[in-house]
Amino acid sequence: MPALWRSTFVLVMVLLAISRPSLASEDTGNGTENTITTLPIVIWKWEEIHFPYLVALWVLVSWLCKLGEFHICTSVEAVIPESGLLICIGWVLGGIIYGADKVQTFRLQPFTFFFYLLPQIVLDAGYSMPNKLFFGNLGAILVYAVIGTCWNAATLGLALWGCWLGGAMGNIDTGLLQLLLFGSLIAAVDPVAVIAVFEEVHVNEVLYILVFGESLLNDGVTVVLFNVFDAFVSLGGAQIDAVEIIKGIISFFVVAVGGSLVGVVFALLISLLTRCTKNIQIIEPGFIFVLGYLSYLTAEMLSLSAILSCTFCGVCCQKYINANMDERSVSTVRSTMKVFANGSETIIFVFLGISAIDPSIWVWNTAFILLTLLFIFVFRFIGVFLLTWILNQYRLVPLDFIDQLVMGYGGLRGAVAYGLVLLLDENKYKEKKLMISTTLIVVYFTVMLQGITMKPLVTWLKVKRAAVSERTLAEKIQNRTFDHMLVAIEDISGQIGDNYMRDKWNNFEEKWLYWLLMTPIARKSCDPIFNIFHKLNIKDATSYVKEGERRGSLAFVRNESKADVDFNKKFGADFSEMMPYIMTENMGPDHVPVSSILRDSVPSVCLDMHEQDLKMRESEDFDAHHLLQQHLYKGRKQHRHRYSRKHLEVNKDEHEVQEIFQRTMRSRLESFKSAKMGVAPPKKISKHLKKDQPQKVREAYTFSSFPLFSEGDSASGCEAAGGSFPMRAYRGAGIVNPAFMAEMDTMDPMPPMQQIPSWLAEAEVDSSNMVPSQRAQLTLPWTPSNLRRLAPLCLSTHSNDSFLLYMVSDCPFVTTPPQPFM
Amino acid sequence: MNWPLYVTPAHIVRLYDRFEALDKEKTGHLRPQDFGAINRLAMNPIGDRIIGAFFSPGQETVDFHSFVRILAHFRPADKKHPKDPSMPEPVNSRTSKLKFAFQLYDQDKDGKISRAELLQVLRSMLEMQVTEEQLESIADRTIQEADLDKDDAISFEEFRKSLEKVNIDHKMSIRFLR
Repeated sequence: MPALWRSTFVLVMVLLAISRPSLASEDTGNGTENTITTLPIVIWKWEEIHFPYLVALWVLVSWLCKLGEFHICTSVEAVIPESGLLICIGWVLGGIIYGADKVQTFRLQPFTFFFYLLPQIVLDAGYSMPNKLFFGNLGAILVYAVIGTCWNAATLGLALWGCWLGGAMGNIDTGLLQLLLFGSLIAAVDPVAVIAVFEEVHVNEVLYILVFGESLLNDGVTVVLFNVFDAFVSLGGAQIDAVEIIKGIISFFVVAVGGSLVGVVFALLISLLTRCTKNIQIIEPGFIFVLGYLSYLTAEMLSLSAILSCTFCGVCCQKYINANMDERSVSTVRSTMKVFANGSETIIFVFLGISAIDPSIWVWNTAFILLTLLFIFVFRFIGVFLLTWILNQYRLVPLDFIDQLVMGYGGLRGAVAYGLVLLLDENKYKEKKLMISTTLIVVYFTVMLQGITMKPLVTWLKVKRAAVSERTLAEKIQNRTFDHMLVAIEDISGQIGDNYMRDKWNNFEEKWLYWLLMTPIARKSCDPIFNIFHKLNIKDATSYVKEGERRGSLAFVRNESKADVDFNKKFGADFSEMMPYIMTENMGPDHVPVSSILRDSVPSVCLDMHEQDLKMRESEDFDAHHLLQQHLYKGRKQHRHRYSRKHLEVNKDEHEVQEIFQRTMRSRLESFKSAKMGVAPPKKISKHLKKDQPQKVREAYTFSSFPLFSEGDSASGCEAAGGSFPMRAYRGAGIVNPAFMAEMDTMDPMPPMQQIPSWLAEAEVDSSNMVPSQRAQLTLPWTPSNLRRLAPLCLSTHSNDSFLLYMVSDCPFVTTPPQPFM
Repeated sequence: MNWPLYVTPAHIVRLYDRFEALDKEKTGHLRPQDFGAINRLAMNPIGDRIIGAFFSPGQETVDFHSFVRILAHFRPADKKHPKDPSMPEPVNSRTSKLKFAFQLYDQDKDGKISRAELLQVLRSMLEMQVTEEQLESIADRTIQEADLDKDDAISFEEFRKSLEKVNIDHKMSIRFLR
């Protein structure tokens, strides 16, 4: 690390050394042609290239700062959020430059900020936005963004004005309108700061989306208020009458809605474009960036809200371009966006630090600054509590007190406010310097202080709450059951009322937008079931390969050590706290690493496993709470926090969903199969059979049976007749051998009352025998006899594993009506 | 058919639309595969159990009346009107909701949640990597905590008691039925 600092220092010195002659040469004029007397071998060309050179150098330095800060973060306890550390480094750099130059040559220019640094952050935010969550909470977000920001601005401006009138601030040359303007630009919660701080504090999804969404959407209000008050100040107080005020209100709608529309238009353009770029996949990702940037600039040109435009562009197009583009392009886009956004953020914070070290901008007025800080804080909390109280009347899951507290505390101000304040005209605003100073102090305060204390605050509050009532196991399990139950009931009831609009939108989307904006192949893969199936296949394939490797070579030895390493890395931290007595002992009596016991490993490892198991059971008091915590499936409402600036994570929800789905399908198939096999005699489904016309039966019978346990019902033919799942299976008695068919036909339908639906059948079957461990079921596909599961989607005359059959290569989804799918 | 006890007329209209949308064959009844056709239920660990709850024992179809009645369990409890002791227990009261939840566990309808039944539910709600031993341990501990009369099973009363601190009304209500 010392080497790093040294190199950074050297770089900065070089920078200064270079820039000084450049400034000097600029001053002395540029017209003097030097007459040469001999051929110069090398020329010093600084004057020509100094601008791009400096830009590149500064970008490099900022990013190096991030590296340095990372070292600090890991060596010291990560108390200060990253953004705070970057600001500190900026201070240091600014100090160096100032010390060398006696004047602050480098500063964050508003133009650079608004046009070169901000757009990519906003685009990234829009592109990675969890759409369902966003639109689901859009009402609340809008309330906070619009009403909340107006409230903040108004109260702050008025309060400061009141204090100014009261003489608390001494003699400053300002007025009501100017203070209102100041209030409006400092009232807005800043997206950059929110991302930076909330990234490290993992709050629940809804809370995150509310604060984050608010920070993005309040730009509409900020821009309007800023322009309106600026215009009012220019007009002078006397000319403001009702007409102007009404115009102001109208301009809000125009700016906000117009900005969003521009964004949507560009999203449409991007989607259409990606539809046609099959042949130029190399350059495909570039379009996203260019068009995204253009959406920003277009809105800016029309004096609409540029941030809103860019956000909605990202939000609306993500689904379609992710479907249309090749996977590599999608990952390219994602990674590149992160690079740009992260890079910009770093530069912004470093420069925020550097810009502070400039005595020329500092005007200190204690009262003004302190009062601003106080009012911002207080009014933010009041605003949040008030609005939440109103919103809770209409929300299903009300926001509780802790969430509101975090939301209020998370109202961070950042670079956008600073950029706006720099845009003020000095002639109109005599106190511009004071405002700049105040803004900087506010930004530092919120980012650093609130950033530092946010995490401890959250943990403290949560811990305090949890300690009051330690929940029993039954409660925990039941709570989770309730969550799942609610989700299921909502699905069954079609979530009417709440998601009536969503249903309508989905229908509209499927009917028109998919056709317009997505390539035919992409349309097919939109189906969620198909996706899951595809992923399951891939998973099977990889596990099969691994299995093959394992069996083939020295893999046993290799695997042992691998299990050890993985486990320690993965669970070391967790388990060492929870079960210290296990980890310290480290090896069981037989010197078998504990890892191989506790990890649910593949059968080929460790034959002593069972003995160890017994010993384990005796020797410890198993921590059931911890287990529940780790392994309960999360209901849809609680899915893990997905948006992350720093990590390109695989979405773990999908893994969980796949698992659940796989199990559900298996259990349904099992129950159906056991019904067919006559495990519980009266459970015939022949009633359905009677309903189907003969042709349907013929079509249906070509499904083969499900040899979940390799029973070899190979006699069944299987020209899969397209369509879906076991859903069809229930409809026809098709899941049978043709030999059975005749039997089924002739059977009398049992009177309805005695027929037990297969759901209950499944339960009864289950309770009678021990449910085979899911582990066992999971390992099935690996055995070579079930190799067929990995076969490509093609017709096969052998019985095969369940899911494969229904997906035939001639794209059943396109040909058959999507009946069973909602 | 006491509609006022269940849902309001507006709800009935909407629920009927939904019922019709689910009832592809237009038979006026819903069958398990109609429920099974809802994609998202397949991704729910207890989806199948919930579906089962709609069908009374021995019945293979659900008519609209039963459909509404089950869904009415999820109506937020009416706090404004005091409970009239002469009227039968409203279907969305705390007790009824708890009974519904209890039924999800108690598949054989003997009034108790046995260890095996609890194991089944746990198995379906926990990730695959949890071993049988761990599962059994959790089930044992749970029964231990809740079982007051030491019969190694959880009766409805014990179930209710173990959840007395939980805000059932919150946890088992859907907004649109407000």
